[in-house]
Amino acid sequence: MSKKVGVLRFLGTNCDADVYQAIKDLGHTPEYLWWSDRFDWKSYSALVLPGGFSYGDYLRAGALAAQAPAMDDVKQAAKSGVPILGICNGFQILCEAGLLSGALTKNISRQFQDEWVEVELVGSDGPWTQVGQKSFRLPIAHSMGRYFAPKDTLKALEDDGLIWLKYKRNPNGSLHDISGILNKNRNVAALMPHPERAIHSWMGSSDGRSLLQSGLGGAL
Amino acid sequence: MKYLVTIMPREEALDPQGRAVQSTLNRLGFKVQDCRVGKVVVVDLADGSNESQNLEAVKKMAQTVLSNPLIETFEVRTL
Repeated sequence: MSKKVGVLRFLGTNCDADVYQAIKDLGHTPEYLWWSDRFDWKSYSALVLPGGFSYGDYLRAGALAAQAPAMDDVKQAAKSGVPILGICNGFQILCEAGLLSGALTKNISRQFQDEWVEVELVGSDGPWTQVGQKSFRLPIAHSMGRYFAPKDTLKALEDDGLIWLKYKRNPNGSLHDISGILNKNRNVAALMPHPERAIHSWMGSSDGRSLLQSGLGGAL
Repeated sequence: MKYLVTIMPREEALDPQGRAVQSTLNRLGFKVQDCRVGKVVVVDLADGSNESQNLEAVKKMAQTVLSNPLIETFEVRTL
């Protein structure tokens, strides 16, 4: 029996419906999960934290969502190897929850940036890198997308091959051109661009398909 | 010369950010009965010679730009 893909919703998540539809279009069974409810993570083949403005970015982007009860189960799932993907605000939440290293800070332009970017796959291990394609055209839409981490963390990410995606032309001042990273076990991945908005060619690109499909398909 | 300006939402004004932070803290087991989130601004004045004039200038920027007196209060401290 094929398992479900959990789509987490926090107060202020706004890309949940797009992510839900994209998962469906890729032939999987999405199911919404609610921030305040614990859930049985064992019955999900993968989890996705969509983008948005959880808690209106109070304190820091993702800071309050990272403390939500459902995140306890996300942490358990992460520890047990379940593929987990954070997109945009989901990336910020995973960093704030300590599941990924570093932080996302204000774009160097100081502006909200809504544009198409080219990213390159640089990670090579784990479920989220089995993509069969090297270069992706994806949309970004964020004001806090500039990846930041201390020098030694950046070095460790480079040395251990935990950088998942890099911008070909850095749009936001992200350190080391980082657009997406992986955790040590490589089952938790996150990126600032929106693969769910590039699923069909009429959207402007369908490069998001293989990126999403890799982790969803490589599920246990 | 550096000055620290602390800006807080007025007691009578609803502070949704403070409320959201408070409920998260309480969910984590802390016992918080009130929580308000404000801002801190540090300004470094170019000409630091006249202290009372400087303080007046910082108060003026706090009143007119850094805060909205209808919904916020502020305090100025010399660093």
